[in-house]
Amino acid sequence: MQTETVAPTRAVSRGIFSSQMLRTLFAPLGQLAIWTVGTAVVLSLVVLLLALIFRTSSSGVDRFTLVLSILPQVIVDSMVLGFVYAMIALGYTMVYGVLEFINFAHSEIFMIGAVVGAEVLISLSEAKALENFNPLLLILLIIAAGMAVSGLVAVVVERVAYRPLRNAPRLVPLISAIGVSFFLQDLVRMLESIWRNAFYRTYPDVPSFSQRISFGDTLDVSYKSIIVVVAAIVMLLALNYLVGATKIGKSIRAVAQNRATASLMGIDVDRAIALTFLVGGALGGAAGVLYGLRFSTINPYTGFIPGIKAFTAAVLGGIGNITGAMLGGIVLGFLETFGASYLSIFTEGAFGAEYKDILAFGILIIVLIFRPKGLLGEVVGERA
Amino acid sequence: MVNRHSISMPFSGGKAPPWARLVGIILYIAITFGLAYSLEDILPRAAEIPLTLFESLAFLAFLGSAMILYYQPIPKVAKLILGILVLLLLMPALGLRNGYYLEVATQVGIFAALALGLNIVVGFAGLLDLGYVAFYAVGAYLWAFFGSTQAGLVLTSIKDFFPLGGEWFFLFLCLGVIVGGLAGILLGLPVLRLRGDYLAIVTLGFGEVIRVMVNNLDKPLNLTNGPQGISPIQRPPLFFMPLLQALGFDLEPRQIYPIYFYLLVILIALIVIFFTRRLDDSPIGRAWIAIREDELAAQAMGVPLVRTKLTAFAAGASFAGAMGVLFAAKQIFINPESFTLMQSIGVLAMVILGGMGSIPGVILGAILVTTLNLQILKALSDWLNAMRQAGTVLNLGFIQYAMKNLPVQLEPAKYERMVFGIVLVLMMIFRPEGVLPASRRKLEITANRETPPEAVSATPPVTGGGE
Repeated sequence: MQTETVAPTRAVSRGIFSSQMLRTLFAPLGQLAIWTVGTAVVLSLVVLLLALIFRTSSSGVDRFTLVLSILPQVIVDSMVLGFVYAMIALGYTMVYGVLEFINFAHSEIFMIGAVVGAEVLISLSEAKALENFNPLLLILLIIAAGMAVSGLVAVVVERVAYRPLRNAPRLVPLISAIGVSFFLQDLVRMLESIWRNAFYRTYPDVPSFSQRISFGDTLDVSYKSIIVVVAAIVMLLALNYLVGATKIGKSIRAVAQNRATASLMGIDVDRAIALTFLVGGALGGAAGVLYGLRFSTINPYTGFIPGIKAFTAAVLGGIGNITGAMLGGIVLGFLETFGASYLSIFTEGAFGAEYKDILAFGILIIVLIFRPKGLLGEVVGERA
Repeated sequence: MVNRHSISMPFSGGKAPPWARLVGIILYIAITFGLAYSLEDILPRAAEIPLTLFESLAFLAFLGSAMILYYQPIPKVAKLILGILVLLLLMPALGLRNGYYLEVATQVGIFAALALGLNIVVGFAGLLDLGYVAFYAVGAYLWAFFGSTQAGLVLTSIKDFFPLGGEWFFLFLCLGVIVGGLAGILLGLPVLRLRGDYLAIVTLGFGEVIRVMVNNLDKPLNLTNGPQGISPIQRPPLFFMPLLQALGFDLEPRQIYPIYFYLLVILIALIVIFFTRRLDDSPIGRAWIAIREDELAAQAMGVPLVRTKLTAFAAGASFAGAMGVLFAAKQIFINPESFTLMQSIGVLAMVILGGMGSIPGVILGAILVTTLNLQILKALSDWLNAMRQAGTVLNLGFIQYAMKNLPVQLEPAKYERMVFGIVLVLMMIFRPEGVLPASRRKLEITANRETPPEAVSATPPVTGGGE
């Protein structure tokens, strides 16, 4: 796994406010900001230019004003989706960095986070405790619950289904991961069905989250969107700190570079791998909670499509690269939301938002063919 | 099951003489057939007794007789006669008694052919294809489009030409092979340069792309009729009807069609088995296995990597294309629901359960997974439901459990994903080479595991030498 700036050993002893430390922590954030703004500007210019060229549709609607009027909202939605993808993608990329294996079950880890968040919120609302709760505390509580359960499930899955296969040829753990993914979907369905006699869940309405702030006539941002973006940024910073500046992070990076050598240097490889799954799973769980907050309805099969897309994001950013996964998530979120919002305007309804999944897979195939190392990645050699 | 001991007898490597084996297998066939045929008359009707479950198990045992027969060291003629007896006589007889048996047997045949196709890609060439069902969909929609009024909606100028007559079905069966193969090449060309695990995800994505497209291509041009699906689709004509009537069989078309499709599927499955076996023994088959075991070494020995992989992909896809055409004609109605990721994973589970690269293994996998899916899980659900409604109280000795307290949502038939998942994980951990492993040992699967030295020396030499 490559983080863009690798903290030297001394950084830890110098304390958290040294310039080295600050660079480790915030350089990826800067990169993230640049890519977010850059993608937003480029895509906006492209759609505006297209709208200028094909200005009037056959029914006489002025496309330019239409495009311009929804643009701010589209950008906000893109960012929300992008940060969710980024957080899921981190789980894929961390595991790939350490084990060179696609953790197919990560989408279910994400789904479990979403379900746990919903269950906690529903229990609180059934106990009539929702109104009295401090909103900030509530957010922290559900995210922490989602992270804890998802992280634990990820560790258990690793122990049961992947560790026995660690030295097997690469197809074997992948098939096992696919099996785990299907098993978890139906396990959650079974538990939910027994528990509440239905397996679809809706996040209860929390009044303080549903408020919206208006910026002018065209833009109107809900608190939920802000919560998603802020929480995601905080998580990404925390992950950066963990991987770039702590001993745990160093052991994970060492195992990613060379498992045998790391083991000779006294690093407990099994523990480092379990930690990778714990961290990746916890991030996936947090992403699940945020996804549930934003999109409300979830079920045991919710994880599949976001999971595949987050994997696309990880590949887009360069799999194995933490900053890359974040950027890939953001870029994919923008591409997808722009596609979903504008495709039907430009094709006059012939191709609508249904095709956004195809867009993501198309991007995956194009990236893999023309730039398999992704935006920031380096060529990953064939495992001998 | 009553005749459990007789299952283990024919499979065991005992020293029974051929005549004893012959008697044993005939007895086995007779008993399982008798049970499947008449269990509903023998057993008393009560909610506690899972009649359909016993029936499906008896039927499964009967289907298994074909597999057991294959492994018996008895004269080939006896094998052939018994095989024909089981497949062409006893099975249709069961079908006339209970139509669902024949339906299941037909589905087993279709899935066996599909799984054999996927076996070429996954088992022989070692490429994990998670979107296999997309090629099946391509074939199915090919015939559904031209064999129904759907084509007339698009090609308005020659509208009267559609639906094409049933006799075109046979031409389209061949076209399905070609179109499936072409689709395989089209997808394979860009993605086969990728490493194995990327390939899995891209094929998965491709499967989803096909599903989304089929779901949405009712506009701007109505090619697939969207989620409603296409119906009715033409069936092949009953050209042998006059012959049957001359022979004195006076059957309705709705009685004949299931048997007709069953026989058609058996025929195609046999052709597919024949082709797969020939491919396995051919230079291209050896090239596939070389690639599966070590891509770099194979390349160094002069195996053209991309072209060989592409052939595997196209061959597997062409089987799926043909089976799709057959499926559309059999069902009369198709919609996108029949071509989901679950189907791909189901076929993959067949290949992995039976044994990657092993032809008998894959057929066994198809039998097990299909009956499990269509019969056994459903029968379990029905049994639980019946007990729930009858208010049965289970007496387990130390606890009593009233069945009506069982949650309604707990229906085994709805948890096929869980079953597939468990099958995949357990097989990978405990027996990655499958239930009936291929005779050619799989390094891709068993590498880095300690192999006992005698197993290495016992490996039969590969016949035919290098290329």
